[in-house]
Amino acid sequence: MITVNHYMALSAILFVIGVVGVLTRRNILIVMMSIELMLNAANLLFVTFARQTGDMTGHVFVFMVMAVAAAEAAVGLAITLALFKNRETVDIDEVNLLKG
Amino acid sequence: MEILMFNLFGGLAVAFALGTIISKRPVNSAISLIGTMFCLAGLFAMQDAHLIATLQILVYAGAIMVLFLFVIMLLNLREKVGAESRRQPFWQLLAVVVAGALFAPLVAFGGGKWLGFKNVAPDFGSTAAVGRLLYTSYILPFEIASVLLLAALVGAVILTKTKLR
Repeated sequence: MITVNHYMALSAILFVIGVVGVLTRRNILIVMMSIELMLNAANLLFVTFARQTGDMTGHVFVFMVMAVAAAEAAVGLAITLALFKNRETVDIDEVNLLKG
Repeated sequence: MEILMFNLFGGLAVAFALGTIISKRPVNSAISLIGTMFCLAGLFAMQDAHLIATLQILVYAGAIMVLFLFVIMLLNLREKVGAESRRQPFWQLLAVVVAGALFAPLVAFGGGKWLGFKNVAPDFGSTAAVGRLLYTSYILPFEIASVLLLAALVGAVILTKTKLR
C-alpha cells in the first residue's frame, strides 16, 4: 500500500539531490537544472496532497509553478548566453562582479 | 501493482536525478533530467493528475529541456568547462551534510502516521475539472501568469540581442 508518506519521502530525496546539485556544481546550466529538479519535487508534493484531500487546487498551483519555471528557464538561459558572450565562461565562481 | 509502479518510477526518478548532478557533461545532465521528468509524469498519472502529467511532458520535457539542450548546443562548451569545483573537498562535503540535515525534517513531517489516500470523484484531475477551476476561481492568477510569460519572452529577447540601440 503506497501512502502519502512514500511520496513525501521521494519528494524529499529529489529535493535534496537538487540542493546538493546547486551547492556542489559550478556550471550555471547544471545549477539551473538542479533548480528545476527542486521545483519538480515540490510539484510532486502538491499533486500528492491534492489527491489526498480530493481538492484540485493543488493542480492549479502546479500549473502556476510550471509557468514560472518556464519563465525562469527562458530568462536564465538568456542571461547565460549573454554571460558567455561577454566573459567566455559558464562557471558561476568566475562571475563575482558584485562580490564585496 | 501500485507498489511496483511506485518503486519503478520513483527509483528511476532518483537514479536520473543523481545522473543529472553527477555527470560531467551538460548534455548528459539534460538527458538525465528529461528521464526524471518522464518518471515524475508517471507518478502524477498514478495519482489521477492526468492533465498535470500531460503538461509535465509537454512543458518540461518538451519545451524547457529542449531550450536547455539548445543553449548547451549554442554555447559549444569545451569538455569539462565548469565541471570541476575549485573549492576544497571539505566545503563540498559540508554542502552535502547541510543538504542531508534538510532532508531529515522533510521526511519526519508525516509525524509517524501513515496517511492513506481517499477515493476521489471519477473526473478528479481531468482537463475539464482543472480547467473549470482555472477559469473560474483562479482566473486572476491565470491571467497574471500569461503576463509573466510575456515579460519573460520580451526579457529573453532583449538580453540576447547583440546590439542595443
